[in-house]
Amino acid sequence: MDHSAGKPVEPRVIEAMLPYMKSSYGNASSLHTLGQEAKRAVEQARAQVASLINAEKKESIIFTSGATESNNLAIKGIANRNKDKGTRILTSSVEHMSVVNTCKFLSTKGFETVFLPVDKFGFLNLESLKKELTDKTVLVSVVYASGEIGTIEPIREISRIVHGEKAYLHVDATAACGQIPLDVKSEGIDLLTISSNDMCGPRGLGALYLKEGLRLEPLLHGGGQERGLRSGTENVAAIVGFGKAAEIAEKEMQSESQRLTRLRDRFIDSLLKPIPYSFLNGHPTIRLPDNVSVRYNFIEGESMLLGLDMMGVYASSGSACTAKTLEPSHVLLAIGLKHEEAHGSLMFTLGRQNSEEDADYAASLMPAIVKRLRDMSPLTPKELRT
Amino acid sequence: MYSEKVMEHFKNPRNVGEIQDADGVGTVGNPVCGDLMTIYIKVKDNRLVDIKFKTFGCGSAIATSSMITELAKGKTLEEGLEITRANVADELGGLPPVKMHCSNLAADALHAAIEDYYKKHGKEGGKSK
Repeated sequence: MDHSAGKPVEPRVIEAMLPYMKSSYGNASSLHTLGQEAKRAVEQARAQVASLINAEKKESIIFTSGATESNNLAIKGIANRNKDKGTRILTSSVEHMSVVNTCKFLSTKGFETVFLPVDKFGFLNLESLKKELTDKTVLVSVVYASGEIGTIEPIREISRIVHGEKAYLHVDATAACGQIPLDVKSEGIDLLTISSNDMCGPRGLGALYLKEGLRLEPLLHGGGQERGLRSGTENVAAIVGFGKAAEIAEKEMQSESQRLTRLRDRFIDSLLKPIPYSFLNGHPTIRLPDNVSVRYNFIEGESMLLGLDMMGVYASSGSACTAKTLEPSHVLLAIGLKHEEAHGSLMFTLGRQNSEEDADYAASLMPAIVKRLRDMSPLTPKELRT
Repeated sequence: MYSEKVMEHFKNPRNVGEIQDADGVGTVGNPVCGDLMTIYIKVKDNRLVDIKFKTFGCGSAIATSSMITELAKGKTLEEGLEITRANVADELGGLPPVKMHCSNLAADALHAAIEDYYKKHGKEGGKSK
């Protein structure tokens, strides 16, 4: 139940990829038959990904090595290309580290980056967006929905505001794309980050949607693949797999998101109801179907994870101790949690193979895990001790 | 990521709890950092006859708390002050590097409890570290 960390590759995707690893190993840039076979496969995948987000044409899709590269390419690419127009970049305080650290990096290179506040659910503060959006702003980068707390941002409204000032809007849809319907045209998105593994495609692959007519400075220079925006020989098999994953996601999105939403709500209920001082992180309904982020006061997340792990349940925590840094998740702090509350967070991300039985089983373990740790904790109030 | 010994102490921590009439109490860490530890000691004839802990923190914070109570029980106060963070980590079969600093506070908590005992009983402490 830790699907945001990694998803199993869908068997139909593997099936689609196999020929391109065994017999059809051509280089999509070659003119001969084998090369053209690879080229056709890459272009078909491009069309499948474009269709999923309703892009105007398949050429708007640039394949990359994953969401981190797509976020880097979008932000640095727009910033460096538009230096003459302005050097101000706005983003939210609930972004993925690949957006956060790219913006921080740019702020050491002469750009001005502002992290806009969010409310207690994680929604971007639109008033502060309006206030900070000056005529020097070239780019606003906002997550479609936070992979940590699941809150879905009001992208259409953000787009209206951003385009009122003629800035570009980049949206990181890593967690959202493939789960919920997404339409770059009607939502007014200029650049969109997509990840393959997040929709059960192979890892090491992602895409950046780039609105027609928009220009970017590339990160990688070389043989000029991907319209010169991302040089490097195409990973044909992985691209084919990504295309297939996008096709499956598009076809099955409606039924799967309904199933996951029901499962999510049942799971949240059963995690919170039996345990006092337990809370939901993020918005109860405007959230990704797969995201269950909760917190239990007076205890720490990693020790809950270890307790679940012993019983065969894999989750993730908002606590520092599981990560490489000592700070708790910046997203949990941004929604106003105290450090010790953020440390007590537990995140489950549901996937295609998770059933009601899985959710019920995981929830049934929590009362004992929480009680054991609370009995050990010096922070636990007297009335909860036995 | 954790040694078997760490997991064993995490699953079955020794000496959890409080001592109501403790002779010395030491609290270190901070819930803000994700680790907070309190050690309670009972002293008789200059020996640590009983020791208990309460900890808010990750797996290694709980395991190190449990380990220090095992290492310290029955020792003299001077011997208790000589137990180092490295001793605790070694006895647990090592800790992941990121945990060595933040979650390895148990020795500090024990030293703080002994210093507290010295202060309460007007004795000169053998200054830890």
